[in-house]
Amino acid sequence: MTSPAPSEGKLPKGTDRMSKKKSESQPEWANGLRQLYDSVVDEPLPDTFKDLLSKLDSKD
Amino acid sequence: MGSEKRTASEKADFKRELTEVVPHLRAFARGLCGRADMADDLVQETLLKAWAAQERFQPGTSMRAWTFVILRNAYLTDMRRNRFRGEYDETVAERVLTAPAGQEEPIHLSDMHRALLTLPPERREALLLVGAGGFSYEEAANICGCAVGTIKSRVGRARATLNSMLADGSIPKRSIDDDTAHRAILEELDEVAAGQGLASRN
Repeated sequence: MTSPAPSEGKLPKGTDRMSKKKSESQPEWANGLRQLYDSVVDEPLPDTFKDLLSKLDSKD
Repeated sequence: MGSEKRTASEKADFKRELTEVVPHLRAFARGLCGRADMADDLVQETLLKAWAAQERFQPGTSMRAWTFVILRNAYLTDMRRNRFRGEYDETVAERVLTAPAGQEEPIHLSDMHRALLTLPPERREALLLVGAGGFSYEEAANICGCAVGTIKSRVGRARATLNSMLADGSIPKRSIDDDTAHRAILEELDEVAAGQGLASRN
């Protein structure tokens, strides 16, 4: 049983990520699950969100 | 909590934190509902709700956890209105995970995503929160409004299911299109919804 190495470097941008613990044996796809999530986190933000965020202030 | 108005600087802080958390909301939403366009609609809805409810946010607590509760509740509501059917997003299909060192077979992101979408919603969200979002069991329990033990068991079952699906490549095509499966999912949703995120009502 090779326990998978901790995923390389790729920590999310969020500051409150709790990523210590879990050295319990993880299936090989566990890393993929995180990559799936991180791949979206790393996507450039579509303009619709920038527009929406910039409008928030003005409407109150 | 307090109904007093926030100061301008508190509002600015809130907005900054909200902005920072958007990529995470998109990732969580994509995992929950499977389609990028619907996921983004859900995130927009979440942002508007979060902004409107900003006085209930306690500065210093986790913005990510707080907004996840809002997103989750919006998702459950929409799900019950049958808006999302956990459809699989084809654009993910082309991406392949690079196999980490020591691992022979690359896992396709598409397989992963499809397998994830076949899980009952409460197990899927538990696995997403803990396995992908990096929340602790305690935080995940708080977001879902259930006991820590419940989250642990949901994550455990989700892992076991994915293990066997990914191991023998028996990922159901689209279990969500199947009426029986869909009905079962909706029934489970009601149970999940009954737990309505503790963290949201304060």
